[in-house]
Amino acid sequence: MQVRVQAAPFDFGAEAGAFAQGHTTAGAIVTFCGVVRDDGPAGLERMEIEHYPGMTERALEQIATQAMDRFALDDCLILHRHGPMRPGETIMMVATAARHRAAAFAAAEFLMDYLKSRAPFWKKEIARDGASWVAAKDQDEAALARWTGED
Amino acid sequence: MIEVLYFAWVRERIGLPRETVDTNAATVADLVIELKAREDRYAAAFTDLSALRVAVDQKLADFDAPLAGAREIAFFPPMTGG
Repeated sequence: MQVRVQAAPFDFGAEAGAFAQGHTTAGAIVTFCGVVRDDGPAGLERMEIEHYPGMTERALEQIATQAMDRFALDDCLILHRHGPMRPGETIMMVATAARHRAAAFAAAEFLMDYLKSRAPFWKKEIARDGASWVAAKDQDEAALARWTGED
Repeated sequence: MIEVLYFAWVRERIGLPRETVDTNAATVADLVIELKAREDRYAAAFTDLSALRVAVDQKLADFDAPLAGAREIAFFPPMTGG
């Protein structure tokens, strides 16, 4: 299990390849990579991600530990960037390793649903016509509820 | 004395990322009342508590959480990771 929080860009292919090495009992590796998307009419210049050093690492380690236990994973990785990044750049990735694919897929979704709204990151979009903080979505809370059994 | 941290638009509205606050507030909500009374920029940041989240010693907490023994309180909007 590994959690990394960094400003520097990362090579998704290299990270996925390194993660996939050496898991002799895992029959399934699932990876997800989040990328800065430019979907506004004004054109996105960059995204800036603020975080809470200390709490971020603690929250991600807690989420990763929960996933390891709940889905009986062989391994998992959470890598999340902060600071400025441009459209097309990688923001974050998760990787999961399990005996079978159902657990690996479910664990990757679990990690994403939790870190969307329970890890202390805040996204700010800087477009050509101004800057704005990205608002949390109701659907993010709804996605989380399916793992907790709440409505 | 307690360290108070602000993130994202809460930080921008108040105009600083952190400060040391001398307080005897019993709960987070009591601390918010003290801060709001200071200046307009604090009152503006804490207008709608339903738009805010709080962490006590780096763990998510409720506004009625006690401050006894706490060293670090953080206020921020709902998180947008991933």
